Amino acid sequence: MTTYTPLRSYLPPRFRVYRDDARCIRCRACETQCSFGAQRYDEEDDLLLADDGQCVGCHRCEALCPTRALRIEPNPSAYRENANWTSRDIRNLNRQAETGGVLLSGMGNDRPYPIYWDHLLLDASQVTNPSIDPLREPMELRTYLGSKPDRLEFADGRLATALEPQLMLEMPVMFSAISYGAINLNVCKALAMAASQMGIRWNTGEGGLHEDLYRYGQSAIVQVASGRFGVHLDYLETASAIEIKIGQGAKPGIGGHLPGEKVNEAVSATRMIPVGSDALSPAPQHDIYSIEDLRLLIFALKEATRYTKPVSVKIAAVHNCAAIASGIARAGADIIAIDGFRGGTGAAPTMIRDNVGIPIEFALAAVDSRLREEGIRNRVSLVVGGGIRCSADVVKAIALGADACYLATAALIAIGCTLCQQCPTGKCAWGIATNDPLLARRINPEVAAERLVNLLTGWEMEIKEMLGGMGINAIESLRGNRLRLRAIGLTDRELDILGVLPAGQ
Amino acid sequence: MYDVTARNISGCGLSALMSEEGRRVSGEAIISSIALLHDRGNGMGGGFAAYGIYPERAEDYALHLMYYRPDSRDRTERILDDSFDVRLAEPIPTRPVEGVPAGPALWRYFVQPRPGRAGTQSKDDYVLSLVMRINSEGIGSYVFSSGKNMGAFKGLGYAEDVGRFYRLEEYEGYIWIAHGRFPTNTPGWWAGAHPFTLLDWAVVHNGEISSYGGNRRYLEMFGYRCTMQTDTEVVAYLLDLLIRRHGLPLEAATAALAAPFWHRIAAMDKDQQALMTAIRQVYAPALLNGPFAIVFAHAGGMVGLSDRIKLRPLVAARKDDFLFLASEEAAIRLMCPQPDLVWAPEAGEPVVGWVRGGSLEGVR
Amino acid sequence: MRERQTFTLREGRAHLPADNMHYRPLNELVHAAVARGATHLRVSGVNGQRYLADGLRGDLALEIEGVPGNDLAAFMDGPSVEVFGNAQDGIGNTMNSGLVVVHGSAGDVIGYGMRGGTILIRDHAGYRVGIHMKEYAGSRPTIVVGGRAGAFLGEYMAGGLIVVLGLGAGDRPLVGDFCGTGMHGGTIAVRGRLEEAHVSPHVRVSEATDEDRALLAPQLEAYAERFEVPLALLEDERYWMLRPASNRPYGNKYAI
Repeated sequence: MTTYTPLRSYLPPRFRVYRDDARCIRCRACETQCSFGAQRYDEEDDLLLADDGQCVGCHRCEALCPTRALRIEPNPSAYRENANWTSRDIRNLNRQAETGGVLLSGMGNDRPYPIYWDHLLLDASQVTNPSIDPLREPMELRTYLGSKPDRLEFADGRLATALEPQLMLEMPVMFSAISYGAINLNVCKALAMAASQMGIRWNTGEGGLHEDLYRYGQSAIVQVASGRFGVHLDYLETASAIEIKIGQGAKPGIGGHLPGEKVNEAVSATRMIPVGSDALSPAPQHDIYSIEDLRLLIFALKEATRYTKPVSVKIAAVHNCAAIASGIARAGADIIAIDGFRGGTGAAPTMIRDNVGIPIEFALAAVDSRLREEGIRNRVSLVVGGGIRCSADVVKAIALGADACYLATAALIAIGCTLCQQCPTGKCAWGIATNDPLLARRINPEVAAERLVNLLTGWEMEIKEMLGGMGINAIESLRGNRLRLRAIGLTDRELDILGVLPAGQ
Repeated sequence: MYDVTARNISGCGLSALMSEEGRRVSGEAIISSIALLHDRGNGMGGGFAAYGIYPERAEDYALHLMYYRPDSRDRTERILDDSFDVRLAEPIPTRPVEGVPAGPALWRYFVQPRPGRAGTQSKDDYVLSLVMRINSEGIGSYVFSSGKNMGAFKGLGYAEDVGRFYRLEEYEGYIWIAHGRFPTNTPGWWAGAHPFTLLDWAVVHNGEISSYGGNRRYLEMFGYRCTMQTDTEVVAYLLDLLIRRHGLPLEAATAALAAPFWHRIAAMDKDQQALMTAIRQVYAPALLNGPFAIVFAHAGGMVGLSDRIKLRPLVAARKDDFLFLASEEAAIRLMCPQPDLVWAPEAGEPVVGWVRGGSLEGVR
Repeated sequence: MRERQTFTLREGRAHLPADNMHYRPLNELVHAAVARGATHLRVSGVNGQRYLADGLRGDLALEIEGVPGNDLAAFMDGPSVEVFGNAQDGIGNTMNSGLVVVHGSAGDVIGYGMRGGTILIRDHAGYRVGIHMKEYAGSRPTIVVGGRAGAFLGEYMAGGLIVVLGLGAGDRPLVGDFCGTGMHGGTIAVRGRLEEAHVSPHVRVSEATDEDRALLAPQLEAYAERFEVPLALLEDERYWMLRPASNRPYGNKYAI
C-alpha cells in the first residue's frame, strides 16, 4: 500500500461530550471504555478531556460513568437551516470528497419513511366474544414452521400421511441472521443460549458456525450464502434447518461485506478464509441464475441432509417479491424468510441501505395474498423481519399472514446496542459488533442471554395478552386473520394491498 | 380485498333431535323446544333444517331459494334451467305469521344436473359450484338449502314464528335442528339466519368465531366464497372441505375444528400424539377459535361440538332411539320429559348420532 | 301468556303451578308471595323459567319441582332454594347469603362472584364453577359438588370453600383442567383422588390435616343429611386441600 495522506476534513463533530467536572472523580472509566479515542486523561492537569471529533454517540461512557458526570449530545448544526441540504447530506458529501469511497453504514435504514405497523390497530373482543385471560387460561403460541401437505390421508382409519420436517417454536419469533464476524462469539453464544432456553431458533448468518457453538446446533438455523462461508457437511448436519440466503433487507441485490479489519483468527477459521481478508459475499449466488437453479440447490441440500431438515430461502423485500415467493414455494422451499428494508446489517453501502427495498408490511401482505390466490400457501411457512420493534409488531405481522418474525436489531439493542451505526469499524464500545478480544469481553454471554430471555419472556406475555384480548387462544387463529386489524391514515390503495379495512368500518 | 364487511355476530339458542332408527316426526316438537329458548334470541332470525322430508323425491337435489329483487327469480331460473333438469319448481308453502315481516320470495326446485354437464366433477361438486355462483352473482338470489331429501327453513323473526311461517308441523323428518338468533347487527337479512347449509350439511351455531378471517381466507383457496355475512358460514364449508372433499374421518375433522391443547396432546399415547400433532399442523387454518356450540347434521346423522374450553353451553340426552342436543336442558325436557340419560358433553368432544348404522360414505 | 295467576297463602305456605308460565309472571308471583309474608313456596311444573329467586331476600324456603332455567338465585340474599331435578347455568351469581340445594346435576358458571351462603349439588357440576368467589367480613361462601366438576374450577378464587366429593365419578377425573388457575384466596378440597395434571401452578396441594377436616366437617354433614348419603362414606377418605401458592400471583409481571 502506498503512503496515503488523508485529505483534511472540514466537518464539525457530530457529537459533543459534556462533562460535569464537579461530579467527575477521575476514575478514567470513560477513557477505558471509549474505543473510539474520544476520552483522554491528562496526567498533568488531572483532568479528563474529550475529543469531540472522535465521539460517535454510542453512549458507552455515559452509561458506565459512576457519577453520571457525562452527557453526550448531538452537536447542534452549525449550518444555516436548509430543508433540502440537511447536515446529513452535507456530511456525506464531505466524507466522499475526502475519501472517494462508497458511504458505508451499520444497522438498518434510519430514514423517516412511514412505518406501517404504526398505522395498523388491533381488535379486542367485547360482549359477543369474551376476551381470554392469558394468566389463567390456556393460550397457545406454539408454531410449526415447514411445508404442510394439502390434506391428511387416512387408511383404515389410521393416519397415512407423513409430514415434511418441521421446526417447532414455542413462540412465533426467532433470532435472525447475524453473522459471526459481524458480531463476536460472546454475542453468538448469548443468542444461542437464549434461543435454546426459550424453545426458538437463532440463525448463524453467513459467518459459519464456530466450533464452540456446535452444541447449540439443534437450536440453530445455518445459512448457506453466496460466499458459502463455513459451509460443510458437519455444519449442515448439526443444524435444525438450513437457510439459503438470496438477499437481505439492508442491501437487496448486493452481497455481504465483512471488512478485513474484523476477520481475525477465529473468524478466519470459522468462515474458512484467510485472516485479514475482506469477506465479500457475491451479490448473486453464482449457482443461482434462475428459479430452477434455486430448486437445484434446495434439493441438493435436502439430499445431502437426507430430507431431515426444512430448507428456508431468505429474500429481501423488493417490488415483485410476491412472484418471487411463488417461485420459491414451487421450487421446494419449506420456509420463505422475507427481510424488509429496515433490516439491520454489520455493513452496507448507505445509499443501498436507505433507498433500496420496500417495507416488510407490504411485502408480507402481497406474498401471503399471492400464495393463497395460487392455492399454495400451505407449502411454505412465512417468516418476516426488518425492523420488528415490539410484540405488537409481531402480532400485527401474524395477523397479516406471517407464521413467525425474525428479530435481530431488537435483540442487539436488548444486549446493549445503541444504534450508533459504527459496526463496520469493528470498534463497537459495547462489545457487540467487534472481534477485538478486549472489547468482545464486555459482553458476558450469560448476562446477555439473560437479557434476551427477559425480552422474549416479556414479549411472550404481551402477545398472549393481545391474543386474549381478541378472544383467541391459539396463534393459528390469528394467522392471516386480517379482519382483526384496522388501519388509520392509509390511502385506499395501501388498504387494498394490505387487505385491511380502515378503522371505523 | 374483501367486499363483505358486515359480519353479524350472534348470541343464540339451539336445539336438535334425531332418531337413530330413522323414525320421522313432525316439526311440532322442535318448534316448541326452540320457543322455550326464546330469550336467547332477539327475534332477528330463526331457522330449521330437517332431513327425510321429501321422500317422494329423495334422489333430487332440493334447492331452496330466496329472491330479493323482482328480476331475481327470472335470472336465476335461467341459470337453473341451463344447468339442471328441473323436475319440479314451486313456491315454498308458508302462512302469514305476526312477527315474521315481509321478506324475499321463497321457492324450491327439485333438480338433477344435466347429463354430461358435470364433466369430471362429481354431481355434488357441480351443484356446489352452481350454488356458489348463484350466491355471488349479485342477482339478489340466495340458495339457502341444496341437499337431497332435506331442507332448511329460515328467516327473520323468532324461531318459533319462523317455524309456523314455514308450516313445519306439516313436515316429517328424522333429524330436526333449530336455531334462534341474537345478532348484534340488525339488517333485515333472511339469508343470515341459521342454519347454514351446503349440499347435505346443515349447521347451527351459538357463539362467535374469532378466527373467522383466517378460516375464510383458507377456504377461499379451495373455491368457497363467503357471502352470507356471518361467521357460521365457514363452519359449513370447513365440514364440506374436511369431510367430503378430503375424506377425513369424523373424529379427525372435529379434532381439526376443536383441537386438543398441546399439553393434552403431550399426555396422549404415541400414535394419538402423532395424529393430533399432524392435524394441528396441517389443519391449523381450520381451527375454530372463540366460544361456540355447534350442531351439524347430514343425511347419516348429526354431531354436537363445543369449543375446547366450553364457553357456550351444550346439553345432550337420549331416550330410546332418540338423541337430543340443546343449549339448555329445559329445551330438551320439553321434547322429552323423561330422558333415559342426560349429560353435559365435554369441551371439544363431539356427541355423535348415526342413523341406523349410517356413515359419511354417502356424503363423500 | 295466561291471565294473572293468583295463589292462596295458608299459614305462610303456597303452591304455584308454573306449567307453561313465562318467567316474568312467575317471578312476579314469587315476589308477591314474599311481600305477603310467605315463608314457604312450592313451585311445580318448572321447565326452563329463568331468574327464579333472583334478588330475593329474607327467610323464604322455595321448592322447585322440575328444571329451572338459567341464573337461579342470582344476587340472592337469605332464602333457601331446593331444586328437585337438574339445574342449568349461572346458579348463585353474586349470591350474598342463603342456600341452594340441587337434587341432580348443575350446569356451568355456578357461584360466580359468590360472597356468602351455600350451594349443594348432589351430582355433577359443569365448567367454570366458583369463579372469583370472595370472602369478606366473616361471610364465607361454600359450594359442594357431590360428583365431578369441570375445567376452570375456582378460577381466580379470592375466598370461600369448594368441596368436590367425586361420588359416581367412576374413573373420570374429579376436577377438570386448569383447576384453581389464578387462585389467590380461599380453599378447594377434593375427596380421594386428585388429578394433579389438572391443577394450576398457581395452587399448592397438601393433604388435609385435622384442622382442615374440621373445616370440612360441617359441609360433609350438610351434604350427607340433605342427600341421605352415609357420612362415613364421605369422611373415610383422604382429602386434598388446594390453596393459593401466593396471594400475589402476578407480582412480577410488569416492567415499569
